[in-house]
Amino acid sequence: MSGRRLNAPLLIGGALVLLVVAMALVSYVWTPYEFKFLPVPKEQTPNAEHWLGTDRSARDVLTQILLGARTTLFVGVVAVGVAAVIGVPIGILAAMSPGGFGQFIMRGNDILLAFPALLLAIMFSALYGGGTLIAMIAIGIATIPAFARIVRSGALQVINTEYVAASRVAGHGPLAIARKHVLPNVIGLVIVQASVSFAIAILAEAALSYLGLGTPTGQPSWGRMLLESQNVLHRSPHLAIIPGAAIALAVLGFNLFGDGLRDYLDPKLEGR
Amino acid sequence: MLLRLARRFLVLLVSLAVASVLVFAFMQVLPGDPARVALGMNSSDEAVAQLREQFGLDRPLLVQYADWLGGVVTLDLGVEWVSKAPIAPQLVDRLAVTGWLVITAMVLALVIALPVGTWMAVRHRHADGVLLSAISQVGVAVPAFLAGIILITYFAKRWQWFPSGGWVPPAEDPVQFLLRLALPAISLALVQASMLARYVRSAVLEVLREDYLRTARAKGLRPMQALTRHGLRNAAVPIVTVLGLQLATLLIGAVVVERVFVIPGLGSFLLDSVAARELITVQTIVMVLVAAVLIINFLVDTVYLLIDPRLRVGHR
Repeated sequence: MSGRRLNAPLLIGGALVLLVVAMALVSYVWTPYEFKFLPVPKEQTPNAEHWLGTDRSARDVLTQILLGARTTLFVGVVAVGVAAVIGVPIGILAAMSPGGFGQFIMRGNDILLAFPALLLAIMFSALYGGGTLIAMIAIGIATIPAFARIVRSGALQVINTEYVAASRVAGHGPLAIARKHVLPNVIGLVIVQASVSFAIAILAEAALSYLGLGTPTGQPSWGRMLLESQNVLHRSPHLAIIPGAAIALAVLGFNLFGDGLRDYLDPKLEGR
Repeated sequence: MLLRLARRFLVLLVSLAVASVLVFAFMQVLPGDPARVALGMNSSDEAVAQLREQFGLDRPLLVQYADWLGGVVTLDLGVEWVSKAPIAPQLVDRLAVTGWLVITAMVLALVIALPVGTWMAVRHRHADGVLLSAISQVGVAVPAFLAGIILITYFAKRWQWFPSGGWVPPAEDPVQFLLRLALPAISLALVQASMLARYVRSAVLEVLREDYLRTARAKGLRPMQALTRHGLRNAAVPIVTVLGLQLATLLIGAVVVERVFVIPGLGSFLLDSVAARELITVQTIVMVLVAAVLIINFLVDTVYLLIDPRLRVGHR
């Protein structure tokens, strides 16, 4: 473990990620108000009673931001989960398969790479109607190739080591080798990729909800808040800026965390 | 090298074919009857039967696929299922609008990112380099449509320097064209420039560590001279690869930004078709976008081959 140092991106990113997680957790036990139309003036700017103001339907903005953190994390966890559960075995399989078959898998992977997350999600919502779950699955599928590719390159390095050769000589089958040697060695890469993909999922969900294809009305989401602020921008810009900042900070957090973690796990790469 | 190019081209054709099968298949896994989905759940059985008959939805899937793909290749796309408007002319018009937007954004992003990224690399141990680097990291985290919303809020609504949306073709009124292109192009470019600047930074940093650059310095060239004369060409190789990927993300980013600025491009066409449940139109637009991404990747590979002499000799 020598040479591993905590770095600034890891710490700042980690803090931002924790903040989003904390907001989501807090929302389960406390929100300043209920998520409903309140008998108070609409479009208030931040003040003592409504710390982040109220929206054009007189709902408390801070309440929505806290509840929206749940949606954001939920989307990220499911999308990244789908991608990792399918992508990691594909990557390992491609690395361990003899010649042609591995190439074949990766070619297929490259073609799926041409389907951007957002495009796939829009297409799915055309077919199945919009909704958070559809969005998550589509974003997950579109992220599979990224996992498969990075896991394959990590696995290829492990497979050519002497201890894997020794393990093979000792009579261990491919499944045992994949589980005992390959998986533990690529898990770092998977976590880094998960962090980066989490950021992509957050961006895609925000965009979809903004387009009205993601999280439905009546369910708090940062992207939806942006959509709902659209017609009152000229007089209440804070209604776009606050959820916008929440999205940007969450994405920044996961990006920094991923970058920092990569440097932490592989100090040789630091600063590149 | 010609052989390598030919092989890459073959891979492109196969990829396009497989992608078209995927797009078609995604549309077929739709639960229920596509004709009923298109017309709405409350439509009459006769109307559904008529639509199925008119567009040959009763034929075997393979025949439908071949028919559709043939149409896409020859740009003979027929009419939309519900509105009966011809698809091809709309597609061409909208593609032109999106093309203007994406290319302007890409050029803007390059103009910003190349000098800023190089500066970030050269000054990576100084406060200004670190600060720029941090700003670019934040820029990457801001989605383009959010940048668009903020730009509209201030530059269009509050200060009224620019129109808040809409589109005027360049031939009709060049000044209005530029005014309406400015904000959407800038919102796409800001995000792309942040991303690109980070890649330029790491590519230049990589080159700065090379021995030949030290040799160039030792012959008496100043740091910037050494970099411009020997370094940038080498740094260009990884940057070109990233440019291709970026062009693809720009294309998709444009889908949302077009909605923010009410621009009648390919993205708005796609979203309108989704809303109107014009499934065949959605299928065709998705195919066009995926094909664009694959073709861009092919072009990047080609350029890559041309600018990196090491790749020309024939070994991988």
